[in-house]
Amino acid sequence: MMHRCKPVLSAVALSLAMLSQGAAAAEEQFFPIPGYRVGPYGANGQAFYGGFVDYLNYVNLKEKGVNGVALTWEECETEYNNAKGVECYERLKGKAAKSAGPIHTMSTGISYALIDKSAQDKLPLAMVGYGRTDAVDGSVFPYAFPLVTTYQMQASAIVRFVKDKLGGSLAGKKIVYLYHDSAYGKEAIVALEAEAALNKFALVQIPVAHPGNEQGAQWLKIRQEKPDFVVFWGWGVMNQTALKGAQKVGYPRDKMIGSWWTGSEEDVVPAGDAAKGYMAATWNVAGKQVPVIADIEKVVYGAGKGNLQDKARIGTVLYNRGVSAAVLSVEAIRKGQEKYGKGKALSGEQTRWALENLNITEARLKALGATDLLPEIRTSCDNHEGSGKVKIQQWDGAKWVPVSGWIEGNKALIHPLFQASAKQYAKEKGITPRDCAKEK
Amino acid sequence: MEFFFEVLIGGLLSGVMYALVALGFVLIYKASGVFNFAQGAMVYLAALSVAGCMEKGAPLWLAVILAFVIMTLFGIATERFVLRKLVNQPPIALFMATIGLAFFIEGLAPLVFGSEPRALDLGIVDEPIPYFLDQWNMVISKFDLVAAGVASVLVATLALFFQTTRVGRALRAVADDHQAALSIGIPLQHIWAIVWGVAGFVALVAGLMWGARNGVQFALTFTALKALPVLILGGFTSVPGAIVGGLIIGASEKLAEIYIPPVLAGWFGGNFGGIEGWFPYILALLFLLVRPEGLFGERHIDRV
Amino acid sequence: MLYREAGQFKTSYAADQQLFPIRQDRIGVLLLLAVAFVGVPLLASEYWFSAILIPFLIFALAALGLNILTGYAGQLSLGSAAFMAVGAYAAYNFQLRVEGIPVLLSFACAGLTAAGVGVLFGLPSLRIKGFYLAVATLAAQFFIVWCLTKFPWLSNNSSSGVISTQPIEILGLAVDTPREKYLLVLAVVALLALAAKNLVRSSTGRAWMAVRDMDVAASVIGIRLMPTKLLAFAVSSFYCGVAGALYAFCYLGSVEPDGFSLDMSFKILFMIIIGGVGSILGSFLGAAFILLLPIFLDVALPAAAGLFGLPFSSATVSHIQILVFGALIMFFLIVEPHGLARLWQIAKEKLRLWPFPH
Repeated sequence: MMHRCKPVLSAVALSLAMLSQGAAAAEEQFFPIPGYRVGPYGANGQAFYGGFVDYLNYVNLKEKGVNGVALTWEECETEYNNAKGVECYERLKGKAAKSAGPIHTMSTGISYALIDKSAQDKLPLAMVGYGRTDAVDGSVFPYAFPLVTTYQMQASAIVRFVKDKLGGSLAGKKIVYLYHDSAYGKEAIVALEAEAALNKFALVQIPVAHPGNEQGAQWLKIRQEKPDFVVFWGWGVMNQTALKGAQKVGYPRDKMIGSWWTGSEEDVVPAGDAAKGYMAATWNVAGKQVPVIADIEKVVYGAGKGNLQDKARIGTVLYNRGVSAAVLSVEAIRKGQEKYGKGKALSGEQTRWALENLNITEARLKALGATDLLPEIRTSCDNHEGSGKVKIQQWDGAKWVPVSGWIEGNKALIHPLFQASAKQYAKEKGITPRDCAKEK
Repeated sequence: MEFFFEVLIGGLLSGVMYALVALGFVLIYKASGVFNFAQGAMVYLAALSVAGCMEKGAPLWLAVILAFVIMTLFGIATERFVLRKLVNQPPIALFMATIGLAFFIEGLAPLVFGSEPRALDLGIVDEPIPYFLDQWNMVISKFDLVAAGVASVLVATLALFFQTTRVGRALRAVADDHQAALSIGIPLQHIWAIVWGVAGFVALVAGLMWGARNGVQFALTFTALKALPVLILGGFTSVPGAIVGGLIIGASEKLAEIYIPPVLAGWFGGNFGGIEGWFPYILALLFLLVRPEGLFGERHIDRV
Repeated sequence: MLYREAGQFKTSYAADQQLFPIRQDRIGVLLLLAVAFVGVPLLASEYWFSAILIPFLIFALAALGLNILTGYAGQLSLGSAAFMAVGAYAAYNFQLRVEGIPVLLSFACAGLTAAGVGVLFGLPSLRIKGFYLAVATLAAQFFIVWCLTKFPWLSNNSSSGVISTQPIEILGLAVDTPREKYLLVLAVVALLALAAKNLVRSSTGRAWMAVRDMDVAASVIGIRLMPTKLLAFAVSSFYCGVAGALYAFCYLGSVEPDGFSLDMSFKILFMIIIGGVGSILGSFLGAAFILLLPIFLDVALPAAAGLFGLPFSSATVSHIQILVFGALIMFFLIVEPHGLARLWQIAKEKLRLWPFPH
């Protein structure tokens, strides 16, 4: 078997060598990007990673990197596939040995597969709003950061929003949870069950089989249940199908609230008019009114270095999300340089410390031109989430409009769930948790 | 009881949508013995062509015509450059080639037209018809009724085409035996080009309907998965079989999704929804145990 | 000249019946094993172990399993990934619930569990044939994945259905570096591959091939179809199950049911068709081809684009990769419909005579 692979192997090695020649300058901060731009979710990845890369470019062009350290990156196509994600990670790992920014995979499945590996390799794994949510407990997961918000905190925040909408009490109300029948959809159930017990509303769970391009039966059932609200955890084509399904049975769209995977232009535009009035949670706002987004368009695209082919997608929810994720990452680098020396690239281990000690205040966001783009964040060893806040936005037929302020989920209710789950994980894997009291 | 009928009718109408995709499979299998796995990708290509042309400013009718031209050319090219080279190869090699073709399309289509999901507006609103809602308290979508109409017209045309026209008869002859057909003077390659053209047309109709229903995006390729159980239930070689199979699958899967999970939950506890993914397959499997060649498939006689 | 059988006389039945009757083959296989067990671990980097060699061996094993079913027994199956899922979850549960069970034993038990499930889904093959059967095996694919999602007991009540595998320990030695995992996978795969090689030339293997070529004729000459077909399903699923357990324990470390998708089943099917249906060697060649090609394209295309100064965006490159992958599959089928293994066979024929023309 081996003699046959040899020519291919050497060709791969050769091209790898060719690629690595470029990266030999003085101080560079490397960002490994195992991302995706093709496949079922390719459209989402294009906007997200487009925004991410554009911001890194922006920092390079605007201020010559972070304190003079140029930002570099390499992308690897994962196609949203776990095995390919691992291959990409292993490929990029070699280059990340010297300096590494946070790794964003934008995939729950891939981050699950990387959790143990990244801890072993001392590379920080960022899972902004997705991923293994019990990694909020940093004592068990030192290298994993479900930053900003998690599925559970988000569900809890949505319940809070619904509660306000329905006049302050949910007692006796009925909420349907319509979800993608996978790890992603199931994560939020514990939170919703806890909220249902606390707020005394009836929770009806309706799963949809992957890929979710047929929901006739589910929506007829929802019509029969007559819920006060539908909380919706969809993915890809399932989102448009759900909106169309709601239209088909005449369920009002303004009583549907989705998770942040269901609230981008890519999710609602294909549904046409059926999407009007639909609401979704988000941890970043859309639009070019955010100064930094407008500035990126001017600086990066003005210099002809834009990553997106289609400039119309600048300012979309997912593009801005990519920028927000990059803002978090770059701020972490800045924070790390304060401790480990300005003008020096950070190793994965140092970036990890920085991510654990992030403190992005309102004032800092304003200085970055990112006011309201994302919530304030303050992380610590026992809270890798750092915020837990989301906004609710509504689709008006042409754009997403925020209809609430930053809403925080019920931390007292949800965070103990994470700690219990992390404890079980530590036991299964034989990990001794760190003592967070000693960390600083 | 009202609810039961509502689900039943909804299911039958969804079944028509499945049948639309299944038809494409049947056509090609019937005429060339190729199990064309790329049918789902062709649906995607067709819908994306329409959406792409409309984005460039073409009106709907022109976009549909352009897409039809694209699909026909594509079908002919497939025949010319891939299948013709694989004549007399085992069916599994042909099947595999169509999987390669599916990848090819999945890379090519977004490369040409862009991959962001788009809406396709045919001007038919997918809303419940007020009459049924008021009189019977039943939800029946206008769009689904139109789709059912389109499918019936398509099937009737194809059935007539196969039964009565010269080309249709030649197609059936080719399907029975390549060599015998060649020996009586049927131009094999023309016939195959025609079949792939017609399959492209069916993909276009399916693409228009599915695209208008769920949006034009990569996930259209998954429609093939809904069509496969329809195909084995109805038989690989029968046009009416695709329709009847579609109706059975659509209705039973919707009824199953409503009525089976509560039963399972009663036995095991927990939530057992989301059985639509596998139910049609198991149903088709059980059915096959009784009739191994599907409802309308041709009976296969083994000789030693 | 190099590959000459002439002059190799067999003087005992044992010598005549050995697994590799030709001396050059024996030497070749031994050399190969030596390289794989000693040379590769000394030379390869961590990236090679964990991103290429381990998945290559695991997928080769799964492809081998499918090849037994499809290539030797003639039953087309599209559900291999589901049997891998059974293996992965079974191994996890054996480790979790049976106190002190050795890892290798739990892998074997996982294989047996998969074999049991395989027999169950093989039952329809007694009546259904060809593409009807292929589509029917999709029932296994979807149903099994659904079951793993729906019964929380199988994933030890994890809220998301994802399992994280336990650390591996063999005879008190921890297997945790990529190199050690590679050696473990290699040992298992080498053993099972030789076993398969032996099996397919036995009476069982010959019965399978008779069924594949024409099952009616096979039953006429006295081969009982039911046990033969079901055994093929069992052995095939056993291989896939062990591959699944290795996939979870030695490769990813944490798996979810949805990871064992239809795409993965297709990938395994590609491997045997590109590699060679009905060939043990073909399973390995196919796995190498299907796994390495996308990686190669991924690395080579941007490099090539850079070389010629073409302004490709990342999305364009990714789309071209898929397009080229599809085109290459079609190309290979047109050039050599019997797979890479056939090319190797042709090469051997040529070597027999080389350097003489006749």
